[in-house]
Amino acid sequence: MIPLSYFIILSLILFVLGIIAFFVKKDLITQFLSVEIMLNAANLAFITFSKSASALDGQIIVFFVITVAAAEVAIGLAIILLIYRQKKSIKTEDIKSMKG
Amino acid sequence: MAYFLFFLLSVVCIASVLGMIISKNQAYSALFVILAFTCTGGFFALLDAPFIAVIQIIIYAGAIMVLFIFVIMMVDVRKGITPEKKKWTSGFASGIAVILFIELIVALKMAFNPLNTSSSQAIGNPSDLGYLLFTKYLYPFEITSILIITALVGAIILVKKKEKE
Repeated sequence: MIPLSYFIILSLILFVLGIIAFFVKKDLITQFLSVEIMLNAANLAFITFSKSASALDGQIIVFFVITVAAAEVAIGLAIILLIYRQKKSIKTEDIKSMKG
Repeated sequence: MAYFLFFLLSVVCIASVLGMIISKNQAYSALFVILAFTCTGGFFALLDAPFIAVIQIIIYAGAIMVLFIFVIMMVDVRKGITPEKKKWTSGFASGIAVILFIELIVALKMAFNPLNTSSSQAIGNPSDLGYLLFTKYLYPFEITSILIITALVGAIILVKKKEKE
């Protein structure tokens, strides 16, 4: 029986790595991938707490998170494709028309 | 055995996320993330959630990441390889993230003791999950289906090229 706190610490590590990846990488697709990593870390915490409480509700929430993430990925990638068509680039340095 | 699996999976998972941060090519980043998601499916299986583990591997590591790889195929990957100029921002962000990690550990320290005294009865039976999904969580389930269909139509309309311009 593995202590459940190990899973929580692992999910924290994954979440923090996702944040670091979001700020270190400079193109939209990889930043979007790091958002997915953060969602996965949150899912891991949900499943761990569900196991700890012996209740299934956490697993249901993870199910919903996965479906919402699928919708989010479809819309987000469509927006990234639109940006690529307009700017011919997906680097965040090139998308600064709001900066003035 | 479970300990061995846990440490093997966690080492592979963290290493693949680090590889995703280090690699310059977006296609390699996507493949590393697929590896990380598969390892997360392994953790779900270790935590008595077999249905969610299978969903994670089929939908997340399969379907969603295939979408990413299609988009990476469509955009010009080579433009992203040029080295970044502002190096201090990444160091600053890493420092802030480490501070956040320590903060979360301190905040969750109270939660660790009740966590470890859980009953070891098996939960996560797929039939129980389906029963709960169609009774207590029926409305969220239906609303999620509407959300999915809206996202599908929205994505198609966004990317569709105009007829005449």
